[in-house]
Formats: sequence, structure tokens, C-alpha cells
Amino acid sequence: PAFGLFIFTIARDPLRIIILIAGAFFWLVSLLLSSLIWFIAVKASDPQDERLQKGLLIFGVMFSVLLQEAFRFLYYKLLRKAIEGLVALSEDGCSPISIQQMAYVAGVGFGLMSGAFSMINLLADALGPGTVGIHGDSQLYFLTSAFMTMVLIFLHTFWGILFFHGCEHRRWWEIAAVVIMHLTVSGLSFCNPLYVGSLVPSYLLMAAAAAWAYLLSGGSAQNLRRFVLCKC
Amino acid sequence: MITFMNNSDSEEEPCNERTSLMSAESPPVPSYQDGLQASAAGEAQAHRKRRAGSSRGPNNIAGGEMSGSGVPVRESNLENEEEELTLKYGAKHVIMLFVPVTLCMIVVVATIKSVRFYTEKNGQLIYTPFSEDTPSVGQRLLNSVLNTIVMISVIIVMTVFLVLLYKYRCYKFIHGWLILSSLMLLFLFTYIYLGEVLKTYNVAMDYPTLFIVIWNFGAVGMICIHWKGPLQLQQAYLIMISALMALVFIKYLPEWSAWVILGAISIYDLMAVLCPKGPLRMLVETAQERNEPIFPALIYSSAMMWTVGMAKPDTAARGPGQQTWDAAEDGREHLRSPSHAESQMSETRSPVPTHPITSLEELEEEERGVKLGLGDFIFYSVLVGKAAATASGDWNTTLACFVAILIGLCLTLLLLAVFKKALPALPISITFGLIFYFSTDNLVRPFMDTLASHQLYI
Repeated sequence: PAFGLFIFTIARDPLRIIILIAGAFFWLVSLLLSSLIWFIAVKASDPQDERLQKGLLIFGVMFSVLLQEAFRFLYYKLLRKAIEGLVALSEDGCSPISIQQMAYVAGVGFGLMSGAFSMINLLADALGPGTVGIHGDSQLYFLTSAFMTMVLIFLHTFWGILFFHGCEHRRWWEIAAVVIMHLTVSGLSFCNPLYVGSLVPSYLLMAAAAAWAYLLSGGSAQNLRRFVLCKC
Repeated sequence: MITFMNNSDSEEEPCNERTSLMSAESPPVPSYQDGLQASAAGEAQAHRKRRAGSSRGPNNIAGGEMSGSGVPVRESNLENEEEELTLKYGAKHVIMLFVPVTLCMIVVVATIKSVRFYTEKNGQLIYTPFSEDTPSVGQRLLNSVLNTIVMISVIIVMTVFLVLLYKYRCYKFIHGWLILSSLMLLFLFTYIYLGEVLKTYNVAMDYPTLFIVIWNFGAVGMICIHWKGPLQLQQAYLIMISALMALVFIKYLPEWSAWVILGAISIYDLMAVLCPKGPLRMLVETAQERNEPIFPALIYSSAMMWTVGMAKPDTAARGPGQQTWDAAEDGREHLRSPSHAESQMSETRSPVPTHPITSLEELEEEERGVKLGLGDFIFYSVLVGKAAATASGDWNTTLACFVAILIGLCLTLLLLAVFKKALPALPISITFGLIFYFSTDNLVRPFMDTLASHQLYI
């Protein structure tokens, strides 16, 4: 689905592609920094202690989430500057791309990169021989990973929109809500392999975020109804 | 490799060309260990890719004609709009370069992942004489540094040689050399590549069919690259030969040497293009002074001179005129009249005298193409291919390097738009790529693996 989003909405406009790639880059850098921190922490600690390792992992995850949001903010700043530049250069005084579109594309960029990093090794291994869950782990590993990744990609997209909207209108609670949601979703993934604990709430959160983002982007229940019924 | 935006020489030329050219440097062809008289061709090969191309302002011609028409109003208009166009079309150009670079990388990565041949170590190039199978780390490091020094000095010698040839107008020699090396590339390497791919997929093919296929491929390639041909086909061929060359490098360069060479090449590129006495810069300037195009087969250009059959009725008349004029200039790659696929007219900047202001607005829509040297393609693909081949983090590392290179390319093009002169395309991208490769491989991979094993998501 994420690739569908990409092809239908982004691939036409070169500017969006650039923003997408830059978004992916920012996510990557945040991942790099957070894994650096985690790595240092692990090396500095005792490799035998299971609980400590688990604790460090959790710490790493939370830190990574915070870093991702920080980078989203940095990216927002960069895009603001870019928009001013584009407006100055365009012929008719208005930017070829609006901040909401940028928010959307940035969100997709983040999401695609995070999804890719989560899934791609899994997919490569899935091509090879093997049985899932042979050692007593869940047999649904691949499926749940796929769903979780998808929900995360969508969530990143919506968070992008919400975040940028919050930054635009200076509503700090929106930004805080995004951060908290992200932390929640990551935290929920700790429930794995108890999948019902992680997937279901994540999907619910995604639906909530989707509705919120839709409303923020100017949609309304009426629009939705008209779209569904194919009226014009 | 330089990217360069050429301001045309004539002052009265208000329309600046923003063609950016990055020259390609390709290292010599590998001589196989079983000894090969291809070493001669190898030199040719090596040299061939190793050239710096200069992009010329497509406006040179336009400039001439503009001054001929003498329309001051238009000139000032154009000056203002020039700046806007610079960045307005920036995005388009970046994409025009993203696509081929991406394609090349995809081809290389796909081949590396599937065909075993390119990851087996079957010996080294003659240009990297020191082996890396040494017991100690220090020795290995030393050997790789020595290899790099040898390789870089070969490159420098070749480049200087080429610049001298160009300066002393030994065009026939250069052309012959280029033709010989592209011949070898198209036929020999394609044969090997095809052989390996067929082996991997266990597909049988008899020799006559193989001969016909390779003959056709090679012949069309030669024509497309060195003479005229449809733009897309030419671009496709250039991408393919870049991929082939990159695969050869990936196979024949030992590991540590490869990384050190990549680093050293980007430093060399930086110096060769920006220092006043650098060979590449001299090449570019000489080409500019003489108002000539850089050789075909060394540069990838994203726009073409003319688009046949895409002229609007009123511009149809000038279309052919422009073509003959351009043909006379021997420019397939000249961006003198950048033309564009998207705009529905045959674009040329020059035929201003016959056109009123309205067509000027149409002209403003045209695409100025951007040129990138083939060596840049090759080295980007080498980086990504090496990442795919040797990284244990597999796809994550490859993906990270890919994004890093694309961002580097973006930044380079941005700098190009700002500085408007020839710029090296390698350093920024390769630096990002190297940083990301090493950090992803060593830092991110354990993190992601641990996360994945616990199925945690960040």
C-alpha cells in the first residue's frame, strides 16, 4: 500500500520525490544516531546480563522514537526555509507545493524508510527455505510483521501531517500528541508476541490519527460521503 | 567527474545554460589474470571513461543568435527569468538524473545479488597489484593504500594524457581510442555478463543465437553512443555500459582497496575540478573556449538537441533548420538547444530572430538538460554494489547507501545551481555513501537485528 501511495501521489511531481528522499534521509540519520547511542550503551555494559540488555533495548527504542520526532521537527524547519525560497523564485508568488503536501510527502518518506528497514531483511529471508516459528515462536511472524510495518508506515504519514500542522499553527499539544502516540505504538510492540496487544491498539490509533489528519487537511464527513457514493 | 554549469562565453548572452556536467572517469579495464592483450584496449578503456566532459552551455549558439537579433528587452527579461528558471527547473533536472542513477544501481545490485560470478574473487586487476590476502591487518591496510596510490596515479596519468591530446587537437586519436574501448566494452563485457546470467538461471543458449544477440546489441550500441540515435536508447545504453563497468570493478577490486579507492577518487575529483591547474578543469575550459562539445560516449545527457517530430506547427519551420545547424556542430549532446520531451515543442533557444515574444515564453518552458559523466554513474554503482555484495546487513545497508548517494546528488545539483560552474559530482555523494555504509553496517545492523528478533518497532 505504501508503494501505491508513492506511485499515485508522489511519483508525478519531481519536487515531491526530492522531498520524499530527503525525508527518508532524515529518518535514516535519526536511526543512525539512535543506534550509535544504543551501541555505545551495549558495549559499555555487561553482555551477559539479560535483563540489562532488554532494558537497554527498551531504552534504545524510546530514545530512537524521540530522536525520530526531533528529526521530523528539523525537517520541518528545513522545509519551511525551502518553501520561502520556492515562493521567492516562483513566477506567480505562490509556492508550487504547499506545506500540507510537504507534510504528507515527508510523512510518507519517513514511513517508507522505516518500513523498508523493518521489512526488507525479513522479505529477503522469506524468499529462502525455512519454516516459520519452528523453535516455538509464533507462526504468524511474517504476517504480523507485515501488518505492523504497514500500520507503522501509515502512522508515520499521518503523524507527518499532524506534526507539521501543529508546528504551523503553534499548537504544541498536537506535537506532544504525536510524540506520545509514537511512543505508545513502539511501547505496544513490546507486547509482541502477544499480538493482540500490539496490533489491535496500533490499528485503532492509526484510525484515530487518520481521521484527525483528514479533518485537519480540510476534509469532512460530507466529503467522505460524497466520495464514497461517487457523487460529484 | 565534474558537474558543471556553463555560462556561455559571450557576454551578451543573457540566457545561461545551466547544464551541469560531470565528467566521468573510468578506471582502466581489468586485465584478467590469464593475461590479455586487452591491456592495450584496457588502456583505451580506462581512459575512455576517465574523461572529464564539459558541458557546454547550450546557449552558446543561442547567445550568438540573440546578439544577432539584438533585442535588449528580451535580454533583460531573460536575465530575470534566468534565476527563476534555475531553481524552478532544478527539481526536474534532479529527477532526470535520479532516474538513470537509480536504474544503474538497481541493475548492479540485482546482478550482484543473483549472479554468483561477480562476488567471487578471481584475481585482481593489474592496476591493483598488491594482494589483500595478508595475515595481518596492518599489512592489509598498507597493501590497500598502495593499491590506491597505484590506481590513482594511473588515473592521473591517463587524464593528463587525454587533456594533452585534446589540447593538441589529436581528435582522431581520441576518437579512435574511445571507439575501440566502447567496442570492447559493448562486446566483450556483454558477452561475459550474458554468459554468467545465463549460467545462473540455467538457461541454454546456442552460440549462433548468442552471436546474433550480441552482435545486434553491440552494433546498435556503437551507433547510438557515437553517432545519432533516439535519446532514450542512448541513455539506456550508457546506463548499461556503466553498470557493466561497475560490475567489473566490483569483481576485481579487493575489498579494502575498493573503499580506499572510492575515497581517494572523490578527493582527486575535487582537486582535479576545482584547482586551477587541475586536468579536468583545463579540459572543460579548453572545450569551452573552442566552443566544442565534449566527446560522446563519456557523458550522460538528459536532454537532447532536437526532438524530431515534436514541433508545433509554427516552430516546425525552425525545427529542421536548427537541426541541420546543430548537426553541423556535431552535437548530439550539446545542450545548445535543449529540447524537451514534456513540452510540446521543439525547443531551441536560438531561433529567436524569427520569433516574437510569445515564443520566448514558450522557450522559457523548455528543459535544460543536465549532464552527468559516466564515471560518476560507475562509481556510485560501485559503492552500492559493494555494499550489496559485502555487507552483512544486506538490504538495509544497500538501501542506506542508495539514499545517501541520491541526497548527495541532490546537494551537488543544488550547489551547481548556485555556483554555475563545473563541479565535481563525486565527493559529496561518495562521502555520504561511505559514511552511511560504514555506520549502517556496524551500528545500525546490530540494532535492527535485535529489534527484529524481538519484533519491536521504532
